Amino acid sequence: MSETAGSTTPKYEDDIYEEAANWHVNTGDEKIHAKRVTGKWRRLKWITHSVWLILFFGPYLRWNGRQAVLFDIPNRQFHIFDITILPQDVWMLALVLLFFAMLLAAVTSIAGRVYCGFFCFQTAWTDVFTWLEEKIEGPPAKRRKLEEGPWTAEKARKLGLKWFVWLLISVLTGISFVAWFTDAYQLWHDLFTGQASSVAYGVIALFTAGTFTLAGKLREQTCFWLCPYARIQGVMYDKETILPTYDFNRGEPRGRLKKGKVPEGQGDCIDCKQCVAVCPTGIDIRMGQQEGCITCALCIDACDAVMEKIGKPKGLIRYASLDEMEGKHQLPLYKRPRPLIYLTILSLAVAGIIYGLTHLGTIELKVLHERAPLFVQLSDGSIQNKYRVKILNKTDKDFHVKITAEGIEGMQLKGAEEPLYARKGNDTSYTLYIKAPSSAIKAERTPITFRATGIEDPTQQAVYESMFFAPR
Amino acid sequence: MSENSNPHGQTTGHVWDDTLAELTNPPPKWWMWGLHASWILVLVYGIYYPAWPLLDTYTKGIAGWSSIKEYKEDLKEVESIRAPYEQKLKGMSAAAILQDAELKEYVSRSAKVLFGDNCAACHGSGGQGNPGFPSLVDDDWLYGGTIEAIMQSITNGRKGMMPKMGGQQLTAEEIDKLANAIYNGKVTEEPLYMAKGCVGCHGPDGKGMQALGSANLVDKIWRFKAEDQLASIKYTITHGVNDPTDPKTRKAEMPAWSGRLDETQIKKLAVYVHQLGGGQ
Repeated sequence: MSETAGSTTPKYEDDIYEEAANWHVNTGDEKIHAKRVTGKWRRLKWITHSVWLILFFGPYLRWNGRQAVLFDIPNRQFHIFDITILPQDVWMLALVLLFFAMLLAAVTSIAGRVYCGFFCFQTAWTDVFTWLEEKIEGPPAKRRKLEEGPWTAEKARKLGLKWFVWLLISVLTGISFVAWFTDAYQLWHDLFTGQASSVAYGVIALFTAGTFTLAGKLREQTCFWLCPYARIQGVMYDKETILPTYDFNRGEPRGRLKKGKVPEGQGDCIDCKQCVAVCPTGIDIRMGQQEGCITCALCIDACDAVMEKIGKPKGLIRYASLDEMEGKHQLPLYKRPRPLIYLTILSLAVAGIIYGLTHLGTIELKVLHERAPLFVQLSDGSIQNKYRVKILNKTDKDFHVKITAEGIEGMQLKGAEEPLYARKGNDTSYTLYIKAPSSAIKAERTPITFRATGIEDPTQQAVYESMFFAPR
Repeated sequence: MSENSNPHGQTTGHVWDDTLAELTNPPPKWWMWGLHASWILVLVYGIYYPAWPLLDTYTKGIAGWSSIKEYKEDLKEVESIRAPYEQKLKGMSAAAILQDAELKEYVSRSAKVLFGDNCAACHGSGGQGNPGFPSLVDDDWLYGGTIEAIMQSITNGRKGMMPKMGGQQLTAEEIDKLANAIYNGKVTEEPLYMAKGCVGCHGPDGKGMQALGSANLVDKIWRFKAEDQLASIKYTITHGVNDPTDPKTRKAEMPAWSGRLDETQIKKLAVYVHQLGGGQ
């Protein structure tokens, strides 16, 4: 083996290193100053980014005298408009997570990293931060010059202003985040009077530092090296996925314009490198699909503008699938198994959430059978079982509940003769006993149905199945 | 990860197998930062918290933190939650606690620990009893199942007495007859019950007397429950209970708790036992 290996190694080596030599991996050695473009994708990006305005303004919305959306963790209640979600309903959270996971998978399989390019907070905040940077320091060439240049009063003023504005946005981001978890107006009051909780200050500090570092300093490095999504996108794409793609059939061989025209025999790509210049992650889309591409589609805007200028049709870079590039037949969306499977799971999750939200109810009953001992023989020979009954009142009013039970003929429910009181937004527990004559007990275990009915509002009902144990 | 267009660039100069060389690339900057941050953290931790073992002690750390202190603080927190209930309990009688649904529930939850520490060894973790030790969950009470009677039993203890009837008092045949009658729940129909004076303590109806703590002989509950119940009944008749003249007598004594538990604790236990299922 060593002999043959010795003779073939140099050849492979050359091949491997030739490719490696051309491969530029962005490790943040060089700061990327992307040129800003205008165009339809750029406009769309602003619109989709503005979804995040909800983060800033949402907490101030009021509903029936309290915050419309409040994730009240100390009191273990989530308020979403009229809906109150208690820890007992949190199974829905699993479905919500499933929904978003599937949505991500479905969208990625159809049109790539739409989330990254258009919705991700990292992209949105970085976009706003660099927009401000351009407003303060000027276009990319000027920014690079300023960066390399010596410290002057001018540089200090510009950087100071930029950092101040960034910091302001970062602090606002932190406060806005915290405002979802506590009363927003009270939070502002407490923050300025120094009365807010240390958790609030801590979270705001963390978010401020995080926002400033991630959007101001790390930027595309976050997408490259911190975010797991870039790593797994490879298994979520297939050849049918449409992505911003360079049409190499049309573009190659690329070459510069000569006398304002594309020379004979040359492709449409005039190698103006505008697509690279506008890329926020600093990649060259003409090298094909790659982990650095967040599919923000800004290169499409840049290329289209150039194509328009040189009188060529738009779409040299466009949303296209690999199959389309290779001239293969493309299946319509509804015949592609992957999106269909994703969408099916997604719909199931949505159905589950809708069922959950419409069946929240106002009362819940839990009955725990006492295990030590499982049953007790009484002096007249009848058998007694003991139960811990928990009544969960999900409303914001105290009420009373009548508990009944059935399952064995002639049995007696003790401890629930009077209506039981149920504290608002809480569990109230009681100890109840069931006594059954031994002649009526047919089995070692008999199912018992406990039923709770509201006294003030008889439509409030809850049922729980438990067991009655008896000696063999 | 950094740019190595020429992998044969800087090497240590060592070459193995003609092709294998060792590069001298420095670790990435972020990695070095991580390294330095780690040892600084170890230093800070070592100074701030108790950390380093010395010969016969250890460094205490400038924070003054200790796990027992943290435990005590947590305990204080729990006690502050219980305080309003405990405060109320102090001024109330056990009977009054039973009337208050919330307090009753509080006691039957929180006194579980007290019961486990003091009572469960004999009466079982759920009060279900053990061989020779009566069940507290049923409705048969030797000394009464009212809250006051339970309080009495815990405070002063109980020690009933049944003289041995074996030997001079009853013949083996008579014991057999009586035991069978008791076993079948028909002891009052047995002439020996009257003739031999059993009725004096166990009553004309055979239901026992709570003032004496004598057992009910006509219900379904056995004071000395056993696999072979008939043999157990014979043994009890033969050797009695707490009879000092018979070394084989059954021993049945509930110790007094007044010296070991304070009044509130006894009150809580009484409510707890009352709520186990058989309180009257």
